[in-house]
Amino acid sequence: MIESIIEALQFEFIQHALLAGILVSFAAGIIGSLIVVNRMVFLAGGIAHTSYGGIGLAVYFGLPIFLGASLFAVGAALLIAALTLKKRHRMDTFIGLIWAVGMAIGVIFVDLTPGYNVDLMSYLFGSILAVSTQDLYFMAVLLVLIVAIVTLRYRDILAVSYDSEYASLRGVNVQFFYTLILVLSALTVVIAIKVVGLILVIAMLTIPVYIAEKLSKSLFSMMFLSGAIATLFTLIGLWLSYTYDLTSGASIIMVSAISLGLFLLFTHKKI
Amino acid sequence: MPVIEIHNLTFGYEKQPVLENIELNVEEKDFLAIIGPNGGGKSTLLKLILGIHDSKKGTIKVLEKKPKQSLTQIGYVPQNTNVNTDFPIKVIEVVMMGHVDGKRPLFGYGKDEMLCAMGALKQVSMADFAQTKIGSLSGGQRQRVMIARALCAHPRILILDEPTSSIDITGQREIYELLRALNKHMTIIVVSHDISVILEYATKAAHVNRTLSFHDISDKHSTFHTHGNKEHFCEIELLQMLGAQNCDTCEDESPKWSLKP
Repeated sequence: MIESIIEALQFEFIQHALLAGILVSFAAGIIGSLIVVNRMVFLAGGIAHTSYGGIGLAVYFGLPIFLGASLFAVGAALLIAALTLKKRHRMDTFIGLIWAVGMAIGVIFVDLTPGYNVDLMSYLFGSILAVSTQDLYFMAVLLVLIVAIVTLRYRDILAVSYDSEYASLRGVNVQFFYTLILVLSALTVVIAIKVVGLILVIAMLTIPVYIAEKLSKSLFSMMFLSGAIATLFTLIGLWLSYTYDLTSGASIIMVSAISLGLFLLFTHKKI
Repeated sequence: MPVIEIHNLTFGYEKQPVLENIELNVEEKDFLAIIGPNGGGKSTLLKLILGIHDSKKGTIKVLEKKPKQSLTQIGYVPQNTNVNTDFPIKVIEVVMMGHVDGKRPLFGYGKDEMLCAMGALKQVSMADFAQTKIGSLSGGQRQRVMIARALCAHPRILILDEPTSSIDITGQREIYELLRALNKHMTIIVVSHDISVILEYATKAAHVNRTLSFHDISDKHSTFHTHGNKEHFCEIELLQMLGAQNCDTCEDESPKWSLKP
């Protein structure tokens, strides 16, 4: 077994896959924690699917996929933030709407692109073995940015997440931080598309977080513990995917889900 | 000089007035109970004092300024502190949220902030729980932590919205005893349903049901009659009396309500 791992590590695409897996898992763990404590899981799902619209546009106009998806996802995040500012009770309707319209835009622009047969599946379920050096830079920069923001603005993010009404009475700009969390979620979703795909990303943002929540006393430790747990699941998933020739994204998610089941079984934690 | 001055205030959400011609003066070190039926406008009045809502008609002054400008000197304990109990946060972190923005370190919390938060926790006898996860506390303990959070900013006025709504009877007493102790140093305003308990501790009472009727109840024995030896008041009588448009007790020196049956 060890020999086969060492053998696999010789390939550049495997090295890239591992590095991408680690970078994305850490980002997903940190941002996933914020998404879960702010009860924005459905929202993140909406942004993830909407970003397919950006992929379609990027294909049509010949732009880099990452750029198109990022701009589109951030746009969707800003739109959701603006819409939910006044009508929070309407949030689920807006998300459902943006979710479907974004995907439809993506599908239509791919249709319109002449002679282009895009592999839709690779965006929906990930294609971690096709990570370029450029992709890695993008992921690394985003992870550094996320760590910097959550560390330097931890207090405000904590205050807004725990009790937004009180935070606003204490002079914290709640709307700004709420939007910031959404924008960071959008960017995290985009880098996670390579690793697990935009359908499975939601599991990566929630399962490690769910386990970490039970083991953490503070949001700060929860964020970094989630990152570590997500990395572990990703590495195990990638190894299984390589050994048994399975789709990497689905393998990672199944490892996460089975681990969560075992965790709940052995720790007897309440769901 | 009153700490809160409300004059001729009228406020409504959609045309229908929720509060009408409110007159209220709260003096320094008062312990004011705001009571009244659900939907009567109690919470709206609080939101006006906190500057969450703006009044279109009438004036409201908190510490001689507009409500929003005095926020740093008000400690606020919101209703429903039992939500979000899964949130991974330590007691001390919750308390430190009460700090008003000022100088702060690049990362984490300053030593002075820690000390101040621990001081606030000591005041509510919760210092031993500083490192505990908030979700594992009981309702009463959690409410004390929320009071400590409000105390963190060294407020001159402490405002509590239904502080005992989900706490057992012993816990309720403890909270009110704590408020009585805090009242020596600051003005306290409590919105509450449990009028029989709150009126034991309060020195002033405001019954809010669209309009406001104000009562000085610092001298309990001359104001109310009690049942048996215990200082327990009959809630129905109290509500009738405090909600009445014309209140005999406030003008008459020998009120009829104090007569024992």
